[in-house]
Amino acid sequence: MSDTYNNSDNNSDAEHAIDVADDFVEIATDVLPLDAWHRARGGRMVEFAGYWMPVQYNGEGGGIIAEHGWTRSHAGLFDVSHMGQLEVSGDGSAAALEALLPIDLSTLKPGRQRYSLLLDEDGGVLDDLMLTNAAHHWYLVVNGATKWDDIAHMREHLPDAITLTHLDDDALLALQGPEAAQALARIGLVPMNDGWPAIEAMTFMQAGPFLWGDVPLRVSRSGYTGEDGYEISVPADHAVALADALCAQPEVKPIGLGARDSLRLEAGLPLYGHDLSPETDPVGADLAFAINKRRRTSGGFPGADRVLKLLAAGAPRQRVGLLLEGRQAAREGALVFAGQTEIGTLTSGGFSPTLERPIAMAFVDAAHTAPGTSLDIEVRGKRLPATVTPLPFVPHRYHRKGAAA
Amino acid sequence: MTRYFTKDHEWIAVEGDTATVGITDYAQGQLGDITFVELPADGAALTKGASASVVDSVKAASDVYAPVSGTVGAANAALADAPELVNTDPEGEGWLWTMTLADAGELAGLMDEASYQDYIAGL
Repeated sequence: MSDTYNNSDNNSDAEHAIDVADDFVEIATDVLPLDAWHRARGGRMVEFAGYWMPVQYNGEGGGIIAEHGWTRSHAGLFDVSHMGQLEVSGDGSAAALEALLPIDLSTLKPGRQRYSLLLDEDGGVLDDLMLTNAAHHWYLVVNGATKWDDIAHMREHLPDAITLTHLDDDALLALQGPEAAQALARIGLVPMNDGWPAIEAMTFMQAGPFLWGDVPLRVSRSGYTGEDGYEISVPADHAVALADALCAQPEVKPIGLGARDSLRLEAGLPLYGHDLSPETDPVGADLAFAINKRRRTSGGFPGADRVLKLLAAGAPRQRVGLLLEGRQAAREGALVFAGQTEIGTLTSGGFSPTLERPIAMAFVDAAHTAPGTSLDIEVRGKRLPATVTPLPFVPHRYHRKGAAA
Repeated sequence: MTRYFTKDHEWIAVEGDTATVGITDYAQGQLGDITFVELPADGAALTKGASASVVDSVKAASDVYAPVSGTVGAANAALADAPELVNTDPEGEGWLWTMTLADAGELAGLMDEASYQDYIAGL
């Protein structure tokens, strides 16, 4: 028996160990602030983005399906400290960031967060990120596997007057699920700014600084599961205490990377390095919403010429959701066929614990993107029937402004 | 009945020239929640060390190799609706297939239970 999937366990099977070594020859695996905390809770640690991370937890309530279900019905605590937290400040920093991102910062008020894309000169996606207007600076959260390249890219392209700070002394936790708000509110966070909303009053994509006792936190109401929830940046030396305080709430259990992946796939959210890469453009990736309105006419961002043409004409290959028949999952890299013609490739795929059937995301030729289109996916020499389906697979349940409490 | 084990974490329970094959408790624990099992066809010819079955978990698809050469008798039909049997009872109800052996001499290269326990203790 052997794994044929690269993100597998930290077992010491010799062949597997060689695979890992081949993938990560240059950099030794790093340890995050909650490493011992995860291990003490039965976290099964795997190598991910250069760090040891828990893929799932052993014991009762552990396992990807159980952790996935817990997050959808209660609240899951995710350690995402591998991600890059950056601060950008200085006179002209808004214009400097707008030269790198297709964002309109004039419409992003203090205390608000927005999704954006770091683009290369051809409009290829270098990374996707969250950007917060933190009043006197901009706070960015970028992907762990790309953060060093992002920092190098930004240092190269931001003017000297702009300060870029890597907040590498801060951990990042995500508390996600329908009971996240009540659990987080109970541990007692106080907004630092007068008049800013309390934890439960925040709406989706609001963000601000809080005090937990005397510990400063950055909190946003956002996440990567499709559920209501928060991301919480905490100084590394307080991360264990905060994780303990959250897991002491009856709604909260720690959740590993495995469920994080199945949750985001059900939510139709792309994963950088899989669904997004420098070879993908924002329009084909179904991320045109990240090209803000003013930038659609004014341009001025990397790759604008190509991206604006794609916006007008449509992208030749587009990201779609696929619902598979049967129970056998198809994985990243599987080819997609319309009849005998190869028309695309899976970029993510797996078993949906919520729908109890396999789901996938693929880039397919534009002629085959209509919901209801029947396609086939080739898995180990077999063709599995699948149907194009609107994303998300499982409805988002964000706490949007104006929605009922 | 004698039970043998492979380094790839298959078990094979042999009685005369017939046998039942599955994956070990250690293997199912490593794989996590199993969502689908692709089984060999009845009567299929199996070659020792070649892929005979695929076990899908939430995170991965894994090959199951034939511990010895032979011919498939029957696959475990219960796994079509209840693949989780491989998690809950991997060395019992979660068996994968039965087979007749082509060469009982191939069993000599496999581990017994005690050797296998020593082997996984060292992983």
